[in-house]
Amino acid sequence: MSRPEVERPADVRTPAQRPAPRRVPWPTLGVIALGGASGALARYGLGVAFPHQAGAFPWTTLAVNVSGCLLIGVLMVAITEIWSAPGWVRPLLGVGVLGGYTTFSTYVLEARRLLDGGAARAALAYLVITPVLALAAVWAGSAATRALNRRRRA
Amino acid sequence: MNGPLAVVLVAAGAAIGAPLRYLADRFVQARHDTVFPWGTFTVNLAGSALLGFLAALPADPALMTAAGVGFCGALTTYSTFGYETLRLAQEGARFAAVANVAASVAGGLGAGVCGFALARALTG
Repeated sequence: MSRPEVERPADVRTPAQRPAPRRVPWPTLGVIALGGASGALARYGLGVAFPHQAGAFPWTTLAVNVSGCLLIGVLMVAITEIWSAPGWVRPLLGVGVLGGYTTFSTYVLEARRLLDGGAARAALAYLVITPVLALAAVWAGSAATRALNRRRRA
Repeated sequence: MNGPLAVVLVAAGAAIGAPLRYLADRFVQARHDTVFPWGTFTVNLAGSALLGFLAALPADPALMTAAGVGFCGALTTYSTFGYETLRLAQEGARFAAVANVAASVAGGLGAGVCGFALARALTG
């Protein structure tokens, strides 16, 4: 695809996240593994507490993905604009916990199962509502964190 | 599947999937010079294909718990996808933001169907 006419957002990845290529960052991988396992267990736990009935709308995954997006909005503003966090915070909480907690693969599988089950409208609604709410949640999380920080400083 | 074994399987699968997402993202991002988040796009499609594959296999609760819930769940991400998409939109790359959502959702569905069909073809 063609390159959009904008400056590359250099801080999408902080320098701490991009160590020299080819060197395997074992401590970072360990921190991500720990966070990823914790996040995935939280998602699994919610799935056990609120099981998904076959053919029903996948509310649990929707809630997991939207809440994870809200939290990444909070986290990213906190560690890039408010607090100069140690280098392990983003790998642990952002890449690990929230990355392990939210899931794209289950979202896709559930949408297809709705479609295969003849619930085309529900499938389409699920496919559209999840990204819309997810983006709104990232925005709300970052905006709320910025606003709280401004009030705290005022 | 429930119980202590399921907890261990989910954690083990995710402890491999999450670092693999980080490595794959780093590998992909280092090899292009566009604002488009190809790294997250790639892991989300790969994880969707693998989960589609697993879903077509004869039911095996332990395999689905470790590889489906744990590994594929942690290999793919919605939080980074949402964050990167919003960043694109806020940086003025609106087209790339919309394209990222459309291509990820359509590509994820397509990848899942391919994985499913491949598993069906292999298992007969």
